[in-house]
Amino acid sequence: MQFSSRQFAEVLVAAPGGRIDHAAAGALEQALAPLLAQAESRKAGVILDFSDVEYISSVGLRVLMVAAKRMRGCGARIVVAAPRPVVAEIFAISRFDRVLDIVPSVRGALGHLSAPALAAYDAG
Amino acid sequence: MKRIRFWGTRGSLPVSLTAAAVREKVIAAVRGASGRVFASVREVGEYVDGLGLAVSGTYGGHTSCVEIETGGPEYVLCDLGSGLRPFGQAALARHGPASPQTYHIFVSHLHWDHIMGLPFFAPAYIPGNRVRFYGGHAELETALRRQQDPPSFPVDFSYLRADIEFVHLEPGRRYDIAGMTVTAKLQHHAGDSYGYRFESGGRTVVYTTDSEHKLVDPAETDGFVELFRNADVVIFDAMYSLAEATSIKADWGHSSNVVGVELCQLAGARQLCLFHHEPANDDATIGRILADARRLEEITRNGEPLLVTAAYDGMEIEL
Repeated sequence: MQFSSRQFAEVLVAAPGGRIDHAAAGALEQALAPLLAQAESRKAGVILDFSDVEYISSVGLRVLMVAAKRMRGCGARIVVAAPRPVVAEIFAISRFDRVLDIVPSVRGALGHLSAPALAAYDAG
Repeated sequence: MKRIRFWGTRGSLPVSLTAAAVREKVIAAVRGASGRVFASVREVGEYVDGLGLAVSGTYGGHTSCVEIETGGPEYVLCDLGSGLRPFGQAALARHGPASPQTYHIFVSHLHWDHIMGLPFFAPAYIPGNRVRFYGGHAELETALRRQQDPPSFPVDFSYLRADIEFVHLEPGRRYDIAGMTVTAKLQHHAGDSYGYRFESGGRTVVYTTDSEHKLVDPAETDGFVELFRNADVVIFDAMYSLAEATSIKADWGHSSNVVGVELCQLAGARQLCLFHHEPANDDATIGRILADARRLEEITRNGEPLLVTAAYDGMEIEL
């Protein structure tokens, strides 16, 4: 699993890539941890850019559930953006589309979370 | 092993169709036949058979009771839910009360929905029959006796006049019972539950209900992959969605269709049979859960396809 992150204003965008299967879910959890801590301290939003994720397993979905619960607990939001069709189907089949905010694009997610973040994104 | 026969497939408590639900099915069937002319009753039957279980039938409402037909003379059952009553009636109708039979019953756990059928299991009241209860719980006998104590039931356990024995099984140890090799596995559920792997004649059936998969410890996943390894059929608790099972219903002791598909794919199992249906789910909802599981299998398949079915009362699976 690949992982990168960037920041627009106060909003963090985490971008995992590849397959988040049983073996990789632990790596996702570890990679997200410092970002979630940072978002928690600032009560800022986190976007999970899923445009490069090919597959996610139940173990990976549980990592997202735990992250979302943590963010809700501190008054922040976590949004999943740009899932590929197969991953979007997995979200629907698992009913995770009913418990996570899922939007079609990173830009759309930024727009949901923060006007300054969206402006920073559009500024290039 | 020859076949599996489901006598009860619901979790928590028995349910039944309401008149309103039957009316909806009839309306759907009649609407689907609009404009058609049927030349015979046979043609009507063929049309009805093509409607799908959610319209032409029902997943049923008895709680957990599954028969494994071994090909031998003795009966093998998993759990004592309310489905045990119609099983007992069928067995008596087949043999009559004067022909002693032996019943081997493997109990997953002691919650009410998995033991409630015993007071209504007619063969257990008939002298000459043999009933063997197997399980991992030290309190197995106590729980079965207690549910027939006053004020809970008017007929005391002592009226069960069959030759009854309670056999404790250690998880992980292989036992030779009724011509099969049986292995129990401890599962995550309130008060513990046990799954069973049955092997005989080159066939393997796994019965794993009331088992929550926490998705935290890889070793726990590996343990269930081994339990399911190359099984012909895995009967799997798919009571909740994965989202429910990891959030509002975490620690409720059940699993999902998603985890069932994943574990069976990892284990190289041939058929996943969704089981222990949520009592609040109507036939259409269970049909959707089944369709979702089949779609998940299709989009995540890597190798041989996994057949996915959903158990209903009266269903038979040939092995």
